[in-house]
Amino acid sequence: MNFLDYAPAPESQAILNLKSEYGLFIDGDFTPGRGKAFQTISPATEKQIAMISSADAADVDRAVAAARRAYDRTWSRLSGSDRGKYLFRIARLVQERARELAVAESLDNGKPIKETRDVDVPLVAAWFFYYAGWADKLDHAGVGPNPAALGVAAQVIPWNFPLLMLAWKIAPALAAGNTVVLKPAETTSLTAMLFAEILQQADLPAGVVNIITGAGDTGSALVNHPDVNKVAFTGSTAVGRAIARAVAGTDKKLTLELGGKGANIVFDDAPIDQAIEGIVRGVFFNQGHVCCAGSRLLVQESIHDEVIDRLKQRLSTLRLGDPLDKNTDIGAINSAAQLARITELSDIGDQEGAERWSADCAIPEDGFWFTPTIFTNVSTSHRIAREEVFGPVLSVLTFRTPAEAIAKANNTPYGLSAGIWSDKGSRILAVADKLRAGVIWANTFNQFDPASPFGGYKESGFGREGGRHGLAAYLKPSVRPSVRAALNASPEPAASVKKPAAGKKATK
Amino acid sequence: MTRLTIPKTYKLYISGKFPRSESGRVYEVVSNKGDFLANAAKASRKDAREAVVAARAAVSGWSGATGYNRGQVLYRIAELLEGRRIQFIDEIVRSEGVSAQAAAAQVDEAIDRWVWYAGWADKYVQVAGNANAVSGPFFNISVPEPTGVVAIIAPQGSGSLLGLISAVAPALVAGNTVVVVAHETAPLAAISLSEVLATSDVPGGVVNILTGSPAEIAPWLASHADVNALDLVGAEHLDWVELQISAADTLKRVLPPESGADAAAPALARIVAFTETKTVWHTKAVL
Repeated sequence: MNFLDYAPAPESQAILNLKSEYGLFIDGDFTPGRGKAFQTISPATEKQIAMISSADAADVDRAVAAARRAYDRTWSRLSGSDRGKYLFRIARLVQERARELAVAESLDNGKPIKETRDVDVPLVAAWFFYYAGWADKLDHAGVGPNPAALGVAAQVIPWNFPLLMLAWKIAPALAAGNTVVLKPAETTSLTAMLFAEILQQADLPAGVVNIITGAGDTGSALVNHPDVNKVAFTGSTAVGRAIARAVAGTDKKLTLELGGKGANIVFDDAPIDQAIEGIVRGVFFNQGHVCCAGSRLLVQESIHDEVIDRLKQRLSTLRLGDPLDKNTDIGAINSAAQLARITELSDIGDQEGAERWSADCAIPEDGFWFTPTIFTNVSTSHRIAREEVFGPVLSVLTFRTPAEAIAKANNTPYGLSAGIWSDKGSRILAVADKLRAGVIWANTFNQFDPASPFGGYKESGFGREGGRHGLAAYLKPSVRPSVRAALNASPEPAASVKKPAAGKKATK
Repeated sequence: MTRLTIPKTYKLYISGKFPRSESGRVYEVVSNKGDFLANAAKASRKDAREAVVAARAAVSGWSGATGYNRGQVLYRIAELLEGRRIQFIDEIVRSEGVSAQAAAAQVDEAIDRWVWYAGWADKYVQVAGNANAVSGPFFNISVPEPTGVVAIIAPQGSGSLLGLISAVAPALVAGNTVVVVAHETAPLAAISLSEVLATSDVPGGVVNILTGSPAEIAPWLASHADVNALDLVGAEHLDWVELQISAADTLKRVLPPESGADAAAPALARIVAFTETKTVWHTKAVL
């Protein structure tokens, strides 16, 4: 045992009080789904945690109908301050049950307990706390006086930050006065079910939030439902495209937060110690299951060797293993399917001539694991430099001048995040101006805050979550925007052709 | 004895130049009484693609200009429009068949609307952006930036000049460059506007104007991978759902068709629709 070996320090699961099976949460109650129930497993042990219901089209219909009723009869008639009070209650309940939620999330998702405990769950509470205060201040959201809610919001979230993505979706939607039908990812439904119990404790009116579980079919039925007014999706660009096609021709408002291939640019004057930590945080945080991961390291040529050496040293100290162990840095890959994808793309990296280095760490026998891996000698045409790996795999490229760094960073159809490491403020600001990405971290990486808008350029999607902008995504102006009614004296109106109603495609 | 007039040849406007359609095609533009007015160029797929190339090349210069500079350049266009007021009124009377009074009202409104938008160029960032108070030692700011190349189907109803300007001006304010398909049956004002643009300080390629059939050209623009956004404001009579589906392949930002008297009404929302919010975090030292 050398000094880096720690005795096991597992967080106790005794705090959990899980059921063996979970129903759908519709109209304030748990109810069995009509689809075929499926198991949710711990990706660290492959053991079953619970059985999860699957919602079929009729269940989706029930959930949307419940949300519509709650919108019409309850939620839209409530004052903003009362809506806010419910959100404050939820924030407090999340704080009270924080440890339980963190343990459940680590168990079900595979991410380290130190992340769920210190990042995911505190941010969940912060998100509800932040948007709670907005509920009675909507005039300041930036969409004009007395803005209106959209109605029923259909929300589909991914498996990488299950409860946090739920909070990103539900908190602004409710603050703005919408009701919600949310579908968690198939492999990570557990904390959403615990959250449903929290909603019962908060006495949130029935139907305001409905949570339906299931696979892609369930999500598809939800976003295609004719009676939803807003679709918010976080996930892959391929599914995002399909959703954009599906809502074409409807009045559904759409927010898409999709994939990324973030560039983390390290200049030769960067504070190296912090930069190494930032690179690690950028792509090995949450096993690299982060849409805004800094998965392409662009390092200035003159410091390439030093950075790579120090990075390897640092990665060698990371501890991979039991997600519930408080000393664990790298947890389990979320699913067998994702592990296969990471393995496949890494093998392609080898085949295309990049040089692979992996940290030397023991892999547990059961479960899904991938050791932190760096590819050097990567060129911009390599698939590991172009495609989202969504795993603990870093592709390293070099540059000589700021212009080259910017060109390489922008050489992607994605545009979600980027990082800049330099001691020179003027250079950071100039480079930040030129990067086509929605979130730019300078001398830091993977920071999130409910007050800070987050979202992508280009094929990383559109719309923002977080901050005032994230609130506006769930609102519409009270009247049609016409800033200068006095000037609006265009001649005789054009032939009036009505747009199709929400959910109905125009006939072709 | 009356003087024999010299009719104008109406061509496309791409990259600051006035080419004919590469296809060699033209179509007859007639007055509302059916009298021949001009042979307008009928733009092809290749013309549309050339226009996108020109627009892309112009993005860095136009979006890189300061808001103050863009505002002045846009205001300059209003000055030139004012100088050609009579010409536009005459063209609108001939092609739309409206009274001189109605045409004058349209031109005046178009010029005033252009000025209104010009004034936003150095202000929309302040109004649509945000300083964010995050709970940590970070400086954090959100600013809107132009989306890039915007393809526009200009309004096809009455008011050919006003409709065009109502759609083009807001996209330009933020620093986007534009490929616009003009009013199909009343394209003359659009081509005359391009003469104004060519003699103003707007760099070539910032605005590219195509005449011809929106139904033929729009699908190529909607599916073009180097177009970032699609304004379907004038596409209500096209198969616009199909255009929107096509635009989804590259996740273009899309504005739907509008109709009625307040279609494309002046609004900050039209400017912000074709912007992307960039959030920059920077660490603060702990002193």
